[in-house]
Amino acid sequence: MNATLRIQRGTAGETPRLENFDLAFEPGQSVLDGLRAIRRLLDPSLGYRFSCINANACKECMMLIDGKVDYACTVRLKEGMTMLAPLPKKALIRDLVTEIAPPDERL
Amino acid sequence: MAVSETKPDLVTHLETDVLVVGAGGAGMYAALEAARGGASVILADRSLIGRGGATVMAQMTVAAALGEQTPDHWEHHLADTLTAGRGLCDERLAALLCEDGPQRLREMDAWKVGWAREGGHIKQAQAPGHDRPRCAYVDFLSTGPAVSKTLRTRLKSASDVRLIGDLFIIDIAVRNGEACGAIALHLPTGRPVTLAAKAVIIATGGLAGLYRRNSASANMAGDGYSLALRAGAELIDMEFVQFFPIGHLAPRLVGMDPIMWDPFRYKLGGKLLNSERREFEQDYATQDSRSDGNYVLTRDLATYAITREVEAGRGSPAGGAYLSFRHVPEAEVRRAFGPVVDRLLANGIDLTRHDVEVAPIAHYHMGGVRVDETLQTGVPGLYACGEAVGGANGANRLSGNAITEALVFGARAGRNAGRRATGRTSPWAADAARPALDLLRSETKRDAPNPAAVVAQLQAIMADKVGPFRTDATLRSAITAISQLKQEIGELPLSSATAFDPAMVDWLDLRNMLLVAQSVAVAALARTESRGAHQREDYPGLEENWCVNQIISLSRGDISLRKLAPTKGRAAA
Repeated sequence: MNATLRIQRGTAGETPRLENFDLAFEPGQSVLDGLRAIRRLLDPSLGYRFSCINANACKECMMLIDGKVDYACTVRLKEGMTMLAPLPKKALIRDLVTEIAPPDERL
Repeated sequence: MAVSETKPDLVTHLETDVLVVGAGGAGMYAALEAARGGASVILADRSLIGRGGATVMAQMTVAAALGEQTPDHWEHHLADTLTAGRGLCDERLAALLCEDGPQRLREMDAWKVGWAREGGHIKQAQAPGHDRPRCAYVDFLSTGPAVSKTLRTRLKSASDVRLIGDLFIIDIAVRNGEACGAIALHLPTGRPVTLAAKAVIIATGGLAGLYRRNSASANMAGDGYSLALRAGAELIDMEFVQFFPIGHLAPRLVGMDPIMWDPFRYKLGGKLLNSERREFEQDYATQDSRSDGNYVLTRDLATYAITREVEAGRGSPAGGAYLSFRHVPEAEVRRAFGPVVDRLLANGIDLTRHDVEVAPIAHYHMGGVRVDETLQTGVPGLYACGEAVGGANGANRLSGNAITEALVFGARAGRNAGRRATGRTSPWAADAARPALDLLRSETKRDAPNPAAVVAQLQAIMADKVGPFRTDATLRSAITAISQLKQEIGELPLSSATAFDPAMVDWLDLRNMLLVAQSVAVAALARTESRGAHQREDYPGLEENWCVNQIISLSRGDISLRKLAPTKGRAAA
C-alpha cells in the first residue's frame, strides 16, 4: 500500500511550504513509522519530535494530523493523502517541531 | 547559577555545582539527592525532561528485599544477583544495589508512587532468578511512568535544581585530568552552550538503540559511554547486551511498549509455543541448574530457546514464538490486564482468541561506565549512575534490578557528587571547551551518505552480527563494517547546526554510536567463551579462565582492551 504524507515545512519566520512524500507501507504501521522512513529514504532534514518510538509514553510526537491534534506514534498510516502540520498554538521551531517544553524547563 | 552570553560567538555559558546528564530515573534521583545536600544542580536532557530515557517506559517490576510479601533480607537479593551475573558482578556495586534498594523503594512509597498493595502490605511478585517474591510494581504497566512522574514532581519543588530539556551534551570538559563541565548543543536554536560544573554525573542509560529491534527511547544509543570514553574514563563488560526474550513482534501494535508481555506472563502463565504449537521452554530448562522447570528461564536462556526454535524452522510466521493466553478464562484475562485489554482490542488483538508473536529485542546493557563504590569514574569529578554504570549486574541482569539500580545509584552518585562540589572552586577553564566548540562550528559541506540511513545500517549490523549469538566471523565482519561507516561519516559534521537540525543530531549520534558499537564488538570478539548474555556459537561453553571483566579505554582515538579480575567484597556503606 502507498501513502502520501503532505507535510508543512519551514522554520520560524519562514513562509511555510507544503511538501509531499510518497512511501510504501504495511498495514498497521504508524505515521511515526512513515516519518522515520522519510528521513532514512528521502529527506534526512525533516524535523519532528519523538523519543519513545512506539510506547506512547513520551508524548513528544504530538502534531496536527489531518487537522486534528494527535500522536504520530498511534495514528496509523492510510492509503492516499495524510496532512501533517505542527501544533498550531505552540511556537514553531522547524517543520513539525514546536516549543512544547514547560517554560521553566527551557534554557 | 550565572548566565552570560559572549558575542559574537553566541555561546551561552551556565554555571552550577553539579551537572546531571540525562533525566531518566537515575538522573532525576541524582539531581534530587545532590540538591538535598545543598548543591546547585542543572539537570539536562536532550529530550524533554522526564520524557526520554528508559524509566518512563519501564512497565515491569522493581526488585528489593522489602520483606513485605514474605520475609527477606538484602543478602538473599544479592546472592540471586551474583548468581545471575555468572561470576562477573562487581560485588561492591551489586551489594549497594541490594542493600540500598529497600530504602529507595520506601522513599518512593512515601512520595506516593503507588506501589500495588494487598492486605495492607506492598505486593511483591515472583520473577525469574529470584528465590522469593521480591518485585514491587504499580499496576497495569504503570511502574515506569509512576516512578518517573513521582521523581519529576519532587524535582519541581526541590530548591536550586534547574531543569533544561532539548540540551544535547556533546562532550565532557576535562581540565588537568578532572571533569570541569560540559559542552552542549541547544537543539531549538542550534547554538552551542558551555556548562561549568564542579562535578558531572552521566545518567544517559544504555545502548539498546544500537540495535534494529529495541525497547529503548530514541535517545538511548550509548551517549554516556562515549562521553565517558572521550573524557578519559573506562568502560567495563561492554559485550554483555541483554535481549528481552519476548518483545512484541506481530501483529503491529501501536501505543504500547514492545516489552509489555512479561508481567502478564507472570500473572496468568502465558504459554510460549513454537509453530508446532508445542511449549518448548522445558527442552531448554534442563540446561540450567537453577531452573525449576516452571517458567523461570532467565532472560539469556529464554532468548537462546526462542532463537534456536526459529533457526530449527519452528518459528512463528514473523520469525519468533507464539505467546498464548487462550487457555486463560476471559474474566481472568480482564482482571489481570485491566484497561490494557481495551488497548489491545483497539489494536485488533483479542487475547481469548488470538495468540501474539514475540521475539528477542535489545533491552538493556549490563556493561557500561566503570566506577568505584562512590560511583566515580577514573576521572575525578566524573560520576555515572543507572544503566550507564557497568558491573553491578555482571553477565546477565535479574528482572527487577534496573529501576532499583537507577534509584540507588542515582541517589548515591548525586550525594557523592554534591559532597565533592561543596566548598570547591570551579575548575572550569574556557580552553577545556574549545575542541567540542570547534567541532560544533565546523562547516564541511561535502558529499556524504544520509545520516539517518547510516544509523539504520549500523542497527542492522549490530542486530545481525553482534546480536545474542556471535561468532568470530560475524564479529570481525561487524568491526570492519563499523570502521567503514566511521570513514563515511568523517570526523567533522556535515554542516554547522541550525534550529532542531536532525541531520546534525544524527551525525553527532553516529560519532557516539560507532565508538560504542566498536567497543561492544571488540569486547565480544575477545571473549572466546559463552557466558550470560554473551553467547558465542563457536565457543559454546563457559570457561573458568574467562571469569574476568574486560575494560575498555580510549587513547588518541584508538580503543584498547584489558582484562581484570572481578571486584570482590563489599563497600563500606
